Amino acid sequence: MNRIIFLLLMLCCVVFVRAQVPYQRLINADQEAGNWLTYSGNYAAHRFSPLKQITPDNVAKLKVKWVYQKAEKGGFETSPVVADGLMYVTEPPTRVAALDVRTGRKLWSWERKMAPNTKLIGFGATNRGIAILDDTVFVGTLDCYIVALDARTGTVRWERKVQDNTMGYSITAAPLAINGKIIVGIAGGEAGVRGFLDAYDAKTGKLVWRCFTIPGPGEPGHETWTGERWKMGGGTTWVTGSFDPELNLIYWGTGNPGPDWNGDVRPGDNLYTCSLLAIDATSGKIKWHFQYTPHDTHDWDATEIPVLFDATVKGQPRKVVAMANRNAFYYLLDRTTGEFLLAEQYAKQTWAKGIDAKGRPLVLPNTEPSLEGTLVWPALNGATNWWSPSYSPDTKLFYVAVRERASYYYKGEVEFKPGTFYAGGGERPVDGDNKAWGAVRAMEATTGKLKWEFRLHTPPWAGVLATAGGLVFGGSNEGNFYALDANTGQPLWEIQTGNYIAANPISFAIDGKQHVAIAAGQALFVFGLP
Amino acid sequence: MKSRGYVSLLLLAGMLALVQSNAAQKPLPKLPDAAQGKKLFNGQCALCHGIEGTGGRGPALNQPKLKRATNDAALFKVIQNGIPDSEMPGFWQMTDREIRLVASYVRSLGRVNLVKLPGDATRGQQLYEKNCASCHIVRGQGGIAGPELTEIGVRRSPAYLREALLNPQATLPEGFLVVSVVTAEGQAVRGVRVNEDSFTLQLRDASNRLYSFRKGELKEIKKEFDVSPMPSYKDAFTAAGLNDLIAYLYSLRGDK
Repeated sequence: MNRIIFLLLMLCCVVFVRAQVPYQRLINADQEAGNWLTYSGNYAAHRFSPLKQITPDNVAKLKVKWVYQKAEKGGFETSPVVADGLMYVTEPPTRVAALDVRTGRKLWSWERKMAPNTKLIGFGATNRGIAILDDTVFVGTLDCYIVALDARTGTVRWERKVQDNTMGYSITAAPLAINGKIIVGIAGGEAGVRGFLDAYDAKTGKLVWRCFTIPGPGEPGHETWTGERWKMGGGTTWVTGSFDPELNLIYWGTGNPGPDWNGDVRPGDNLYTCSLLAIDATSGKIKWHFQYTPHDTHDWDATEIPVLFDATVKGQPRKVVAMANRNAFYYLLDRTTGEFLLAEQYAKQTWAKGIDAKGRPLVLPNTEPSLEGTLVWPALNGATNWWSPSYSPDTKLFYVAVRERASYYYKGEVEFKPGTFYAGGGERPVDGDNKAWGAVRAMEATTGKLKWEFRLHTPPWAGVLATAGGLVFGGSNEGNFYALDANTGQPLWEIQTGNYIAANPISFAIDGKQHVAIAAGQALFVFGLP
Repeated sequence: MKSRGYVSLLLLAGMLALVQSNAAQKPLPKLPDAAQGKKLFNGQCALCHGIEGTGGRGPALNQPKLKRATNDAALFKVIQNGIPDSEMPGFWQMTDREIRLVASYVRSLGRVNLVKLPGDATRGQQLYEKNCASCHIVRGQGGIAGPELTEIGVRRSPAYLREALLNPQATLPEGFLVVSVVTAEGQAVRGVRVNEDSFTLQLRDASNRLYSFRKGELKEIKKEFDVSPMPSYKDAFTAAGLNDLIAYLYSLRGDK
């Protein structure tokens, strides 16, 4: 009997110890392929699985292993985190569920109680994921709080107000957990907010630093604004960034300037909107910035995932950061210095003649929004958007789900009332399947040159996952979840999930066997080999 | 920032409806402010509703009563939020003032005198039953090869209907794309697309037979973007008969 009690105690200890996800495990996430410990799989944001059991030869045998149905209607854009036998998913409006990875059975769930008049200005009620650090799960809420939950039970440990939701501030992105800090980005770029990125103490919830993305008076970059417009300048941080522990730099993209489509009231480059910021993780100071679209008037946020890898570029070894930008160009920067290395067009665009030697676009005339409507590629939702690209260290290819579509862009009146739309125009996207389609494109990561393309019926709204097994998984608007050959783009397997896919795939292991998960419609599907 | 899709737009529209209800209650601006509304209308609305609201892909708006917008507050909301399950999107990005300018212009269109159509709808119905009903549904009866016409008089202008009869290629209906395929065995099938995704295609041929294909197994897929499945009725009717048929179609307003 004593022996049984001893064994049970030991088991409890094992579970307790295994529930810990310390910073060191996050740094070395690539070494534990059976888990998926951060939003993008690793700090470098590769969304790549080192698992290789599912291959081009056997992928056609994939079967549904279990399905989880979320509690409420609404967009299911979660990218699950898997740690030590638990899968953490987020559901709209702001709900976290912890599932048993073997069965999909719910172990606990937590829901944020929010006021019915919670403001969502410019986006839907969604949440894209959690972060885990030690034994705590962190989630941002639509009413703009950051909440820490006990990873074992879902009990609230602390919560902090990030900003005032009545002004339009909100959170949809997964936080990023680093050494003792939780990095939190905000949404609300159509409400005339002033963007920022926050770091909170993981144990106490105390604000460690706030890095404003729109510089205030006396700060560098403030001269790119006139009058008081910087106070409502936008530059939100609504998609999870990446992190280089060696350089101690956080890489985070920023959103559009406000108002979106009428730039007349905000002459200048409008720093640091539509930019990539390299932020010192300790101090929260901006080390360098790179602005992809100065003085944007098409709502081309630069919040796409910044992907980190080391490579020889133009004959020189570099630590680089890559981004397939919403503006239809793929960029490589030196991530130590921010130096522009190259840009390559990866989707149709009609707004720039090209990108100059310093990385600044050569903007074509008559591409500004107008009262009558100006036809420009890409459309407002861009050549790609919040869904993740993937980088494979095996193929050295950068995979991205691309939208080929144009919009008529309209310039409208500008009216700023706190907590309401501050957009100054709009768009009307062009319809028709000979005018709007999609693709998964594989580019040489160091040049941006197209290696292959797999065409999709409509412009997609789902990310891609590359695996060491030689596959790329992705989803379509029509509900197809599919696997492509990572080297050729040949379709190898597909299943109809029955509803729109607007999420990122992940891969992990159950009892040592590789599985793949994707949210589609109201459900999360997990697939594995027989 | 945004993650836009129809779902988010609808959610947004719902929330806006709450926020903006006061704006919807305000009286619409008087002319000549509506002249600015005309510019907005021509830029963002006329593609579907026609210059001066004569209709097209969307319903004609140059009529004194609008079915979906019986008062000014309702018109404001239709413009701002769109109409669920229809082709009418919400124009949430317009300011309250811009919406009211457009609404005011739309109301001014309804003050023009309507031209009485020359045809006889009763005679037109007989022509319809003989020539059109095998492919179109009105009030639950008819064939399925073409679009349902139960509400066509609300959604299309007489000029558009005339063009659709004489020159169907100029007024291609949505959702009736003609696709030709050749199977791996060499069988050719031509029909109207019922559905499609990145991997599969469903067609219905002229004899109403349904086909389901996996695209990877087809030798050829040709989408005939400029082809209407409907033949031209240019020589099928007399001028008076054509007027009668248009009068009948224009009288179809969704009544039970």
